[in-house]
Order: sequence, then structure tokens, then C-alpha cells
Amino acid sequence: MKPVYRWMLGLAALTGLAFVSGCASIAKVGAAVGEATGTLTPQQAESLVKSAEAVEKTFKDITPEQEYYIGRSVGATIISTYKVYDNDEATRYLNVLGQSVARFSDMPNTFRGYRYLILDTDEINAFAAPGGFIFISRGMIRLCTTEDDLAAVIAHEVGHVQLRHAVKAIKSSRLTSALTTLAVEGTKSLGGEQLAQLTTAFEGSITDITATMMNSGYARGQEREADRAAITILQRMGYRQGALVDVLGRMGKALQTDQRGFGSTHPPADSRIKELLPIIDDTKTPVPTAARKKRFDRLLQGI
Amino acid sequence: MKFKHAVVAGWIGLMAVAAQAAPTMMSLQVQSSPLRATPSPLGRVVATIQYGDRVEVVARQTGWMQVKSPAGQVGWVNESALTRNRIVLKAGADDVSRTASGEELALAGKGFNSQVEADFKAKNQNIDFTWIDRMEAIVVSDPEVVVFLKEGGLN
Repeated sequence: MKPVYRWMLGLAALTGLAFVSGCASIAKVGAAVGEATGTLTPQQAESLVKSAEAVEKTFKDITPEQEYYIGRSVGATIISTYKVYDNDEATRYLNVLGQSVARFSDMPNTFRGYRYLILDTDEINAFAAPGGFIFISRGMIRLCTTEDDLAAVIAHEVGHVQLRHAVKAIKSSRLTSALTTLAVEGTKSLGGEQLAQLTTAFEGSITDITATMMNSGYARGQEREADRAAITILQRMGYRQGALVDVLGRMGKALQTDQRGFGSTHPPADSRIKELLPIIDDTKTPVPTAARKKRFDRLLQGI
Repeated sequence: MKFKHAVVAGWIGLMAVAAQAAPTMMSLQVQSSPLRATPSPLGRVVATIQYGDRVEVVARQTGWMQVKSPAGQVGWVNESALTRNRIVLKAGADDVSRTASGEELALAGKGFNSQVEADFKAKNQNIDFTWIDRMEAIVVSDPEVVVFLKEGGLN
């Protein structure tokens, strides 16, 4: 049999097996099939398993449950840098608004849901940790003049969560070491050495994410993706899509003189606004009610 | 060449038969999720499914899947909450609701889990999780969201 046919037979058998096995590791099944049909030597099969496993060792292997644990530690690290604005009423309002926004995103359910806190700083900033732990600074809230503006800021952060930008900031080498540990772990409780390896990878992941969020910032393309996700959410909810442009414009002005926080980690507002203008359509946006204005003004009074 | 065509045809046929015969099964990859009567963020809740539950896909619509739960209830779930992977729980789903900082290793969930977090905390005692735990206690229900949207004149 010509090699090409043997490969195709192997592939056909693999397709059948994949349907049957469903969740089994395709890489291993593939190699086993290749070996059984004589298309691969045992060494080639072994090599295929290894290379396929290497490909699998990416951020895609981070489950929502693991993202949740990463998010908790990233959030705790942020809170250890900034003070929390401890005001029950303001926090409650932000969570009702924020959890409403999240419900209209393409990822309404993270592992344990979206949560919000206000950071007690004048710095204009917002952070979205994996799993939906979102932090908005008082400086950022003060920049908002309406609930629509704040909804736009939140929707942008939810966009980062649904697009998993923070998780993508983890260096793949860390995940490789973590997943090697996983391969021997099985469903057992972790042994001392395995736990130490995993914790090292975990610490490294937290460092990668917080360094990206607090120092270097996401790639410009990722900011634009989050902006587009925000517009979709605002449109679905009936908030004014132009609010995102307004906030970006105000941010651009404010940050000309203040390079802390957002200014140092985000691309210039002008280029983002330019990309948003063609996709914004507020012709069908409902008129805000007096109640909407009142509840937002109440938040601003304390901020 | 004929043989090659026959192999390709056979392969396609096999795929088609397999696709028809085996229902698509998905697992819930978040702690819990409502099954909704309609494919919308605030659709009426008909049942709740738990982490790791295997569900059968009945229908699809942009961003949503209509699924049948292990108990036979049918409803819509956002597709982002589902995975093709099978999730093996070490303990019952009830354990997921325990606090992440608890002593129990609640899940078979591999990798970064409560045990790793505890080890991380021990090594980084300057990092305080108090506010993270307080954050998690803030729950906003569907009816609250409905009232909030309605009062604000939103969709």
C-alpha cells in the first residue's frame, strides 16, 4: 500500500475512534491507531504524542475553574497594591450594574460569576482579572458623567474577560511545566514535589498577568477587541454606544497630564475612537430614564 | 486513484454515520448554570445544572445551546459555559460551593486548584485574600437585574 493510503486509512480509523471516545486524548488515540495500522514506528508514535502534547500545553488547557483560581490570586495581588474603597452602597450598585452587563456578554457565566470592587485611588484605571474579578478606580468612575459611561468602561473590562486576554499573558513556558506536573498527577491529591512545581508555575502566571495589567498593558489589538466586545454589549442592553467614545476622549485628555495607570498601559485614545466611530449606531438606543440618572448621581456623590 | 477515492468516500461516510448516530454531549464547565426557557440572558429559568453535568445538545442558536440535562430537563445554556471535555469530579458538586480557601480539595479539577492557592498564600503572606472572599459573597439575582434594567429604561 502506498504510504498516502496507509495514512488515510489511519486517519479514517482515527475519525471513527474520535467519535466513539469523545473526550479521549486525540493525540494519543491518533498515535495508537497509526502504530496499530503500521503507518508509524513506535518511535514515531511516541514522538507524535510528545509534539501533540506540547501543542496542547497552551492557555487553552486552562479551564474556567483554573482561571478562577488564577483570578483570585491576581485580584488579591491588585488589592495588595491599591486600597479598596469600602462603601457597601457603591459596591452594591457597581455589582448590580456590572453583573447586568456581564449577563449580556458572550460569556455570561465565568466559573463562579463576575464580581466588582472599587479601588480607592485617584488614578484613572480598571483591571479585569481572569474569571471575572473586575476592579474600577475612583478616578475612573469620576471620569464618567452618566451610567452609560460607566457601563461602557465595565463592558470593555468584561470584554477582556470573555476574550481571555489575561490568561493569554501567561508565558507558555510556565504552562508547559505546570502541565507536565499534571500528566503524572491524575486525580490524586498532589504530592509535595508536584505541588511545589505547580505553585511555582502558578506564581509565575500571577506575575505575568499582573505585570501585563499594571505595567506593560495588553496589546493594542486586544484593547480594540475589548472595545468591539463592549459596543456589542452596550447595544444589546440599550446603553448609548457613543458613551465608550466619550469616556475614551475624556481619558485621552486627562492622561495627557497624568501618565500613571491607564495612560501608561493603554494605546492612545484617538486611534481607538477612530476605529469605533464607524461601528457605533445609537439611532435605536432608548432614552435614559430619570431613575437611571438618579442612581448614578447617588454613586458619584460619595466618589 | 480509484482506491484513493473509495477511501475518501468511505471516510466521509463514516463521519456522516457517526455524526448521526452519536448525540453531541457537552459538560458544564462552570460551577452551576440555569437552563433557560429561551436563548436569552434573562430567559425564564426551568432548571439548574451543576459543574461536570453531561448534557445532550438538542438545538443550537448563535451563542446558545438547547440541552437536555441528566434529569431530562430541556433548556438553553450559553455555549461559553459548555465544553466537549468530560469533567470528572472527585467529590459531589456540593463541594464546589465550599470556599476556595477551605481545607477540602473539592474537585478532581487538575492543575491550579485550592491546594495550589493555599501553597501560594503560605509563600506570599503579604497578599491578602480577605476582599476577594468578600467580593465573592456579592450575589445579584436575575430578578434584581430585571428591576435594574426596567428602572433604567434598558432592554
